[in-house]
Amino acid sequence: MTDAQTNTDVIIVGGGHNGLVCATYLARAGRRVLVLEANAALGGAAATREFADGYSVSTCAQWLYQLNPKVASDLELEKHGLELLARDLDTIALALAGNHVTLKTDSVESDSVSDGDKLAYRRFNQQMLKFSKLLASACERRAPKLLDNNFTDLLTLAKLGIGMKMLGKADMRDLIRLALINIYDVMEENFDNELLKAAISMDGVLGSHMGPRSPNTVFGYLYRRLGDVYGYRGPAVVKGGMGAVGEAMAASARACGVELRTEARVEKINLELDRVTGVTLVSGEVVDAPVVVSNADPKTTLEKLIGFRNIETGVARRVSNIRMQGNTAKLHVALKGLPDFKGLTDTEQGQRLIIAPTMNYIELAFNAAKYGEYSPAPAMDISIPTLHDKSLAPAGCHVLSAIVQFAPHDLKQGWKVAKAPFKNLVIDCIAQYAPGIKELIVASELLTPEDLANEFNMSGGHWHHGELAVDQIMMMRPFPGATQYSAPVDGLFLCGAGTHPGGGIMGLAGHNAAKEIIKRGTAG
Amino acid sequence: MLRFLALTPADQVTIDKIECNRVTKKYDAIVIGGGHNGLTNAAYLAKAGLEVLVLEKNPYIGGATVSRELHEGWKYSNCSYVCSLLRPEITRDLELPRHGLQVIPYGGSVTFCQNGDYFGDYPDHGRQYREIARHSVRDADAYERYSADVMKQTRLIRPFLMRTPPDPTSLKLRDLKEMRVLAKAFAELGEEGLADTLKFWTMSIGDYLDGYFETDVLKAHLAGSGIIGTALGVYSPGTAYVLLHHYMGDVDGTVGAWGFARGGMGAIADALAAALQSYGGEIKRDAEVGQIIVKDGVTRGVALTNGDELYADIVVSNLDPKRTFLKIMDAKDLPEDIIHKAKNFKIRGSSGKLNIALDGLPTFNGIPKNSPLLRCDMHILDSLERMEKAYDDWKAETWSKDPYVDMLIPTQVDPTMAPPGKHMMTVFVQYAPPKINGGEWTDDDRDAFGNNVIEQIAKYSPDFKDLILHCEVRTPREIEDEVGLTEGNIFMGELTFDQLLFNRPFPGYAQYRGPVPGMYMCGSGTHPGGGVMAAPGANAAREILLDLKRPNTVPAGYPDD
Amino acid sequence: MRQHDETMLLQTPFHSRIAKACELNQWDDWKGYTTPHVYTEVEQEYFAIRNSTGVFDLTPMMKYRITGPDAEAYLNKLLTRDIRKIGVGRVAYAVWCDDAGQVMDDGTVFHLGENDYRLCAYNRVMDWMMWSAMGFDVTIEDETADVAALAVQGPTSCSVLKAMGFEGIENLKAFGIRTYAFDGVILMVSRTGFTGDLGYELWIDPDKAELLWDRLFDAGKNFGIRAIGGAALELARIEAGFLQAGIDFVAAEHAVRMGRSRSPFELGLEWLVSFDKPIFNGRRALLEEKKNGSRYRFVYLDVEGNKPAEHSFIMKGSKVIGTVTSAAWCPTAKSNLAFAQVESKYGNVGEVLVAEIYYQRELQWTRVLASCTVIEKVIFNPPRRRQTPAADF
Repeated sequence: MTDAQTNTDVIIVGGGHNGLVCATYLARAGRRVLVLEANAALGGAAATREFADGYSVSTCAQWLYQLNPKVASDLELEKHGLELLARDLDTIALALAGNHVTLKTDSVESDSVSDGDKLAYRRFNQQMLKFSKLLASACERRAPKLLDNNFTDLLTLAKLGIGMKMLGKADMRDLIRLALINIYDVMEENFDNELLKAAISMDGVLGSHMGPRSPNTVFGYLYRRLGDVYGYRGPAVVKGGMGAVGEAMAASARACGVELRTEARVEKINLELDRVTGVTLVSGEVVDAPVVVSNADPKTTLEKLIGFRNIETGVARRVSNIRMQGNTAKLHVALKGLPDFKGLTDTEQGQRLIIAPTMNYIELAFNAAKYGEYSPAPAMDISIPTLHDKSLAPAGCHVLSAIVQFAPHDLKQGWKVAKAPFKNLVIDCIAQYAPGIKELIVASELLTPEDLANEFNMSGGHWHHGELAVDQIMMMRPFPGATQYSAPVDGLFLCGAGTHPGGGIMGLAGHNAAKEIIKRGTAG
Repeated sequence: MLRFLALTPADQVTIDKIECNRVTKKYDAIVIGGGHNGLTNAAYLAKAGLEVLVLEKNPYIGGATVSRELHEGWKYSNCSYVCSLLRPEITRDLELPRHGLQVIPYGGSVTFCQNGDYFGDYPDHGRQYREIARHSVRDADAYERYSADVMKQTRLIRPFLMRTPPDPTSLKLRDLKEMRVLAKAFAELGEEGLADTLKFWTMSIGDYLDGYFETDVLKAHLAGSGIIGTALGVYSPGTAYVLLHHYMGDVDGTVGAWGFARGGMGAIADALAAALQSYGGEIKRDAEVGQIIVKDGVTRGVALTNGDELYADIVVSNLDPKRTFLKIMDAKDLPEDIIHKAKNFKIRGSSGKLNIALDGLPTFNGIPKNSPLLRCDMHILDSLERMEKAYDDWKAETWSKDPYVDMLIPTQVDPTMAPPGKHMMTVFVQYAPPKINGGEWTDDDRDAFGNNVIEQIAKYSPDFKDLILHCEVRTPREIEDEVGLTEGNIFMGELTFDQLLFNRPFPGYAQYRGPVPGMYMCGSGTHPGGGVMAAPGANAAREILLDLKRPNTVPAGYPDD
Repeated sequence: MRQHDETMLLQTPFHSRIAKACELNQWDDWKGYTTPHVYTEVEQEYFAIRNSTGVFDLTPMMKYRITGPDAEAYLNKLLTRDIRKIGVGRVAYAVWCDDAGQVMDDGTVFHLGENDYRLCAYNRVMDWMMWSAMGFDVTIEDETADVAALAVQGPTSCSVLKAMGFEGIENLKAFGIRTYAFDGVILMVSRTGFTGDLGYELWIDPDKAELLWDRLFDAGKNFGIRAIGGAALELARIEAGFLQAGIDFVAAEHAVRMGRSRSPFELGLEWLVSFDKPIFNGRRALLEEKKNGSRYRFVYLDVEGNKPAEHSFIMKGSKVIGTVTSAAWCPTAKSNLAFAQVESKYGNVGEVLVAEIYYQRELQWTRVLASCTVIEKVIFNPPRRRQTPAADF
C-alpha cells in the first residue's frame, strides 16, 4: 500500500459522468479524490465508440439536451473541450407518405397539422414548461424526506409548495391530476394529429418500460422537458460524439486534482463490521478510504460490490425489487453516402428524427416488451451526427444512430439468437422511411440492453439505472431508506443515475451527492 | 319467497301515479337517478325534514344495484352482484335491516388453472395457508406479510370514506383542517411507511405482487381485484390502488370480507327506498330527466323528457359526471372549465356481464363436489401474462379473446333467487371495450362476446353448457343504455389517482357541489367512488345540509381500532 | 384426493394416541394442526410437569433446516446473537429482527453438525429466511412435517428416558444434543424445553412417532408420565418466565398498526444481541436504540394478592404506563406473576407499580388495584433444571 493510497479521502467507483461531476465538486472542496473506472474511457454512458473502421458514434446517449448549466459552468466544460456543433434541433416525426410533422419547442410545423392543434401545442408547451420548471426546482437538491423535520428538507418542501401555489389554482389542479396520468390520454385531450401525438408521447416513454397508455408517462415527459428549463430549445450535437462530454468532464476533474484511474475495475467494496474501509480491485489491489462513493447503479453497488450478505435483509429486498429492466437497444449504421429520408431536406435529416407514426404503434411495440419479446415494429429516435460532425466518418460517408424501443433486457428467446434478426428488422423499418439506405450500408451493429449492461456495468442495461416511474423517483429513489445519496452502510454514498433526480446526461445526481457528502463531513 | 316489510313494487306504482298529478308542486330537493347513492342521498335529506323527490328513468329503481326477474323463477343481480363496501354506518343509521336488508358473508375464492389444477383461497386461515404452501411454501409465508401490508393501506383509507375530501388548493379553514387530518394520517406511517404507501398508490398490481410472490397463479388470483371494472392492465401503474378499493370494505367488521345481499343486490335499493319513504321522501319511476333547469345562475328544478317540469332549489345528480354536465345540463349554464373537465373525465367501459339460469350445479375441473370453493368467487386466468393479454385486446378495441372471469353461484347460499335445486350464476367479464374497432356494439357482437365467455367457462366446467336454461349478456352498450352508466363503467369513473379523493370527479369540484348554486353530485363519480358504498350519496347529503344550514343527519364513520 | 381438500385441520403423527388420551376433547388450532388443549384436567397436567413427567406434542412447531457452506454466516446475519459461539451439538435460544430492529420471532437454533442447523420458530418465516439468504450459499428447507417432536418435561423425565434405554442421557448437559438408534432410525434428544424444569425434546421420523409414544409411555408408567395439553404448558412457561410470540410480542412483519412491534431491548432480551459481530438484521437500528434509549421496558411483576393480573393496565399513581401481556398464579412458585410492558422510564427493579385487575365471580365484576413490585427475574428456577448429571426425580 502506497502513501498515496492511504491518503485518499474519497474513492469514487465508476468514472461515469455523474462520478466525474461528483469527484470534481469534492476535489474543489478540498477532498483527495480517486476515481476508479473499469473501462478504458471515462464518461460512462457519455461515450463514443468506433464501431467500424473510421466510423464513430455516440455509444449510448446520442443527444445532449439536459446537461445542467450550473454543472457545465462550474466544471468549465467548454474550457475543457466541450463543443456543441449544433443545438436547438427540431424533432421531426416521420410519416411514410413524407408529410412529416416538425416539432420545435414552442411551435409545430406541418401542412397536415390543423391550426387548432398548432394553438393547442403552444398552450400545452407553456403549461408543460411551467411544470418542468417546478420539477427542476426539486432536481437541483437532494430529495426531501417528508417527515424528518430538518431545515434543508423543509426548505425544499416549502419551495415546492410555494412553487405549486404560484402555478395558480387551475394549473395546480392540472398538475395534481396529470402527475400520475398517462401521456396517451393527455394527447387525446389536447390534439387531433396522430403523428404529433405520437411524437410527443415518444418522449414520455423513451428509455422506459412503459407504453403511452401506461400511467406515469406524463412524468416521463416532464422529466425530459427539464432540458428546456436548462436552456436547450431542442437536442444538441456534441463534437466528437457524447464521449467528448466524458472527456471534458475528466479533464475538468483532473484539473481540480482528482486522480483518475482507468481499467481499474472494482471487485468489491471493503467493510469492517458495517463501515466502509475502501475497495479491492480485480487485480487484487486494495485501496483504503473512509468514504466510498458509487457511481454504479444501486443493484450493482449493493448486490455485487457490497454483497447482499453484508446488508440487512429489508434493504436487500428493496434493492432487488427496484425495477430496472432496460428496454432500449441502439443501432449504429456506417453509410457510404447520405441516406435519403422521404420528404426531408439535408438540413432536416440533421434534425432528430422519430419513427412512431401513431401512439398505438408505440403501444403495440410496447406490448411485445411486456412478454419478453422485441417489438415487431419498433419506435425509434434517429440521429445522423455526421451532418454536423464530419470527423465521425470518412469523407462523404455518414453514420446513422438510432435509439430503438422496445427491446427488453430479459428477452425470452435470448439475445444470442435474437440479435441478428432484430437488427435486420430495425434496418428494414428504417428503410421504409429511407428507401435505398440498405445499399449504402458499410457496416452495422446493434447494441442490446444486454450489451449495454456489459459495456457500462449497468444492471439490466437500464439507461436511467432504474425505471423513472412515480414509485421510484424523488424520496423513493433509489429506494426508501437510501435516499439523499447515503446508502445503508456507513461511509458509502451513491451518486449515479439511480439516485435522485435520475438518468440523462444532466450531472445533477453527481452534483447533489457531492453537496451531501461535503455537508456531512469527511466521516460520511 | 321473501316478502319485504317495505312496500312491494306493485304498490309503489300506484302511489307514483297519484304523485304524478301534482306536477306544479315545488320540492325542497330533487335527486336525479334512483341508484343506491341517489336513494341514500335522498334518504338523508328527507331525514333532515326536506321534501325530497327521486326521479328514476327506468320502471324500476336501484340503477346498478338491482335484481330483476328476466327468466321466470330466476332473479338476476344483473349489474353489481356482491356487497362489501356498503358503509355499515349507513346500513345501521337508515335502519336498512328493518327495511329488509340482510347481508350474508361468503368467504374465499378460487382460480382455475389451464393444467387442470386450481388455487383455492379458503376463508379458513390454516387451510388457506396449506393451499398456498401446496404451490409454494415461501409464498404461503409471504402471504402473511402481504396481508399485513395491504391491511396497513386499507386502514389508512377507511377513515376517509365518510369524509368530504379537502381541496388542497384552498386556504379555507375547513379545507386546511381536513388537509391536516389527511397529512396526519400519512405522517403516522413514518418515513419508510409513507414511501410504501406512495408506492402502493402508484404501482401496478403486477409489479406489487412480484415483490411478494413467486407463484404465477397466486399472483393472478390476487391481481383480479386490481383490474375489475378498470380499463387498465395488471401491469399498468395505479392498479394496486384498485385492489385496495376491493379490500377496504367489511362485513360486520371483518375488513376485506364480501357478502351476498339476500334476494340480490336489488334488496339494497329496496331497503334504501323504504328508508327514504319512511322519512316521507318520494320516488317517481319512468321519469327521465332531460335537463336541469338553471335560471339567473341558480338551480331551479328539472325538465323531464316528457315535457313535465318539476321544481326545487336543490337538484342532486346521481348520474355520472359526463352525463350530468354534458347531457342534462346546458353548456351555457356552465363555466367553460367544467365542460372541458367532464369531456376529459375517464369513465371507460371495460367490463361485461353474463347472468345465467342453470338447471343444476355445474362441476369444475379438479374441484371436489361440495367443496366450499364452489360457493365463492371463481376466477379464470391463471397468469399475469394472460391477464395482461386480455387487456391488450381491450386496447385494440375488441373483447378479450381469453377473458378474465369472476363468477359466482349465489343460489347455493341465497334460497330466494332461483327455484329449489336450480341455480343462478353471475359472470363478471373483463375486458369488454366501449366500442368495437371504433364502431358501436351490435347484437351480433354481443352474442359473439357472450358465446366466447361461455366457451371460456366450459373449458373449466365440462357440464356447464348443458345446464344453461337462459342467459342474459350485457356489454358496455347494454349497461350504458339500461343503467345509464357512460360506457358501462361500473365505478362511474376510473379509480386512478387523477380521479380519486380531491380529484374526484374533477379537481376543484370534489366536494359534491356543482358549478351552479343549488346543484350537487352524489354518484359514484364522486369521492370515495363506486362499489355500492352509498358513501358518496351520504357525503353529498352532509354538504347539502351544511349549505342549507340544517342539522346534519349523516353519521360519522366508525373509527377503526 | 390431496389432504388439503378434505381436512380443515391437519393431524400430527401422534394423533391416534393423543385422540385416545384426550378425554375432554378440548382442542386447539396450532398452525393448522389439531392439538390438545386439555386432556383430562389442567392442574394434573401442570403438576405432571413439576412433579413427574409431562409429554407435549410439539410437532406443529415450525422447523427449518439450514445447510450449506454459508449456513453459519447466514444464521449470524439472520439472528441477533453470535451464532459462532454455539458449538456443534448445542442448542441456543435466539431472536431475529427486521431492519428496524423489531423482533420478528423467537426460537431455538440447533447446531446439528458443521454448517448444519435447525431453526425452530413459532411463526412461519420461510419468506424472510429466503430474502435473507440472498448472497449466501445455503439451502433452507421447511421440515415441519418431516420431523415429529415430543417434549418430555419434568423431574422424572431423565428416569423415563433412562428406562427407555437411552444410555448416558443423564450426562447430557442443558442445551445439549444427543442421538440414539431407535427402531432403525435416528432419534435426536435435546435437553431443551419450554417449562423451566428438567426436560428433554425428542425428534424423530414421523413414521416412528406412534411407536415412540407407546414406548415412552410404557417406560414412564412408573414415573408418573402423562400427556399434557396447551393449557398446562402455558401455565408452566409463564411460571418459568418465557416469552410467547403472539402473546408477549407481535411479529414485526405482521403488525399492522404503527408502533406495536418491539425490539429485543424492549422485551428484556438485550443479552441476545451481539454487536461485536458483522452486520446482522436490525444491527443499525439497535445501535441507535442503544444510544437513544428504548420506548418500552419489559418487566416481571410480583403482584400482590392471588388474582392473576391478566390483561391488566399497569399504572404509576393514576397514570397508565403499560399493560400486562401474560399473567398467572404460579402453583409451584406460589407467586402471582405478571409480564408487562411499561414505558421505558419506569420499571426499575424494586419499583412499586399498580395493576388494575378485573375479575368476575358469580356474574359480579370486581376491580382490584393491586400493588406490584418489579422483580429481577422469575422466582421459579429449580437447580434440577440445569443439574448434570440429571437427577432421577
